[in-house]
Amino acid sequence: MELFANQVLAGIATGAIYACMALAVVMIYQAIDHLNFAQGEMAMFSTFVSWQLMQWGVPYWGAFVLTVAFSFAAGIVIERLLFKPLAKAPILTNVAGFIALYAIINSVAGLIWDFTIKQYPTPFGSSPFLGSQLISTHQAGMIGITLLMLLLLFFFFRFTRVGLAMRAAASLPESARLVGINTSWMIALGWGMASAIGSIAGMMIAPVVFLEPNMMLGVLIYGFAAAVLGGLSSPFGAVMGGFLVGIFENLVGTYIPGVGNELKLPIALALIIVVLVVKPAGLFGRAIVKRV
Amino acid sequence: MTAMLNVKDLRAYYGQVQALHGLSFSLNEGSLTTLLGANGAGKTTTLRAICNMVRSTGAIEFEGKPIGTRSTENVVRLGIAHVPQGRGTFTNMTVEENLQLGAISRSDTKAIGSDIERMYEHFPVLKQRYTQQAGTLSGGEQQMLAVARALMLRPRLMLLDEPSFGLAPLIVRDLFRILGKINREEKVTILVVEQNAQLALELADQAYVIETGRIVMSGNAKDIANNEDVRKSYLGY
Repeated sequence: MELFANQVLAGIATGAIYACMALAVVMIYQAIDHLNFAQGEMAMFSTFVSWQLMQWGVPYWGAFVLTVAFSFAAGIVIERLLFKPLAKAPILTNVAGFIALYAIINSVAGLIWDFTIKQYPTPFGSSPFLGSQLISTHQAGMIGITLLMLLLLFFFFRFTRVGLAMRAAASLPESARLVGINTSWMIALGWGMASAIGSIAGMMIAPVVFLEPNMMLGVLIYGFAAAVLGGLSSPFGAVMGGFLVGIFENLVGTYIPGVGNELKLPIALALIIVVLVVKPAGLFGRAIVKRV
Repeated sequence: MTAMLNVKDLRAYYGQVQALHGLSFSLNEGSLTTLLGANGAGKTTTLRAICNMVRSTGAIEFEGKPIGTRSTENVVRLGIAHVPQGRGTFTNMTVEENLQLGAISRSDTKAIGSDIERMYEHFPVLKQRYTQQAGTLSGGEQQMLAVARALMLRPRLMLLDEPSFGLAPLIVRDLFRILGKINREEKVTILVVEQNAQLALELADQAYVIETGRIVMSGNAKDIANNEDVRKSYLGY
């Protein structure tokens, strides 16, 4: 039983990485109805920006705030320059745009900061959390930050007018324009927010996976998986999906004989497929009731 | 009396296809006007052209200002509410959120709460369902919600696109009674596009008849209702 509890705890600790990324994925999905393949690279680039700021002597939280602000602005700029012109293009055109953006950001980061692995600091320290060897204070801090972001997003979308306008613009653009919402700017705002959340995810993840241009490759796949598992329409689902993927992954590795580190990832992904076959909207996604 | 809305030589296009061929009409402030016509005559296109939702040329003036080049959301922000065909309900949001959205472009946020209460007085059925997902409402209830959402803008002009479509006759009567009341009591100028000519002519004070993208008849609603051609073509007696 103790083994089980420990594995769940360790799973939650890894899951926090996925949850963080999944939150950013869901955010952009809400705004533009697509998955942004370049999301992970945008987060990686932001993390490098914060690293660079710290190299120049800016203290951690100063760099954190500046990076979030930079990422928000950069997200809006990317949308205005690249994706606003593609707004009416077919989905595949957008996908090509995402992939191009992915490759460009990856190479530019490599060009500026090269591909060697860099240490990235954590503001929470890395001693055992509450005496447990399975979860460090950094991982506990990361879980805390993820839950805090989730809470803020919930309040933003549920109780603010801008949040309501963003939801309206995402669900029915034409009706949204007919109540006077500038839907184009709502999309840009969504990009900005997703980029800002991604930058926080990047800065939380970097101490665990180390900083390098390809740091987000695996994380983004798991972030997607977590978002899909939890339900792409639900930020809460995305975070829960992240934790669940982490827990699955650990339990499968522990309890199913013959499953080493190599196999536990595909098995966790297979479990996700099973869940989606049974519940296509994801575990926490809201199936929309429609009268016909 | 000066016209609130003045439309001159309006031509609208869907791709290469021209849907309106130089349409001109005007609405007096405080009037309730109906635009009649058969399927495909251009009624919906006319409303969509006013809100710049379809490519068009010609002059559209609202309260003396040209609005032809404004984006849809900026036309709406002038106080022109548009209840589209199919109602445009935000089905995955609650009834109350739909009403909030109607007022989203207003800056006098303090008055929104009392306006929602006023909508519940006009449409008591919405009050019973205010936490419900709007998509679960019946067709009639969704139409009421669409009208209420449009009124939340505190519009000067309200455009309605076939509000009777798909509704039971009793519900249509109820809806039209409320529209008349809104027009009188809240001083909202209304332009309603209808296929239900009989009901629309009873309600309206002015009427235009449109055929293949042109106005073919205009005048007092009573005179139009008594016109022999209109009776034969649209009223069926």
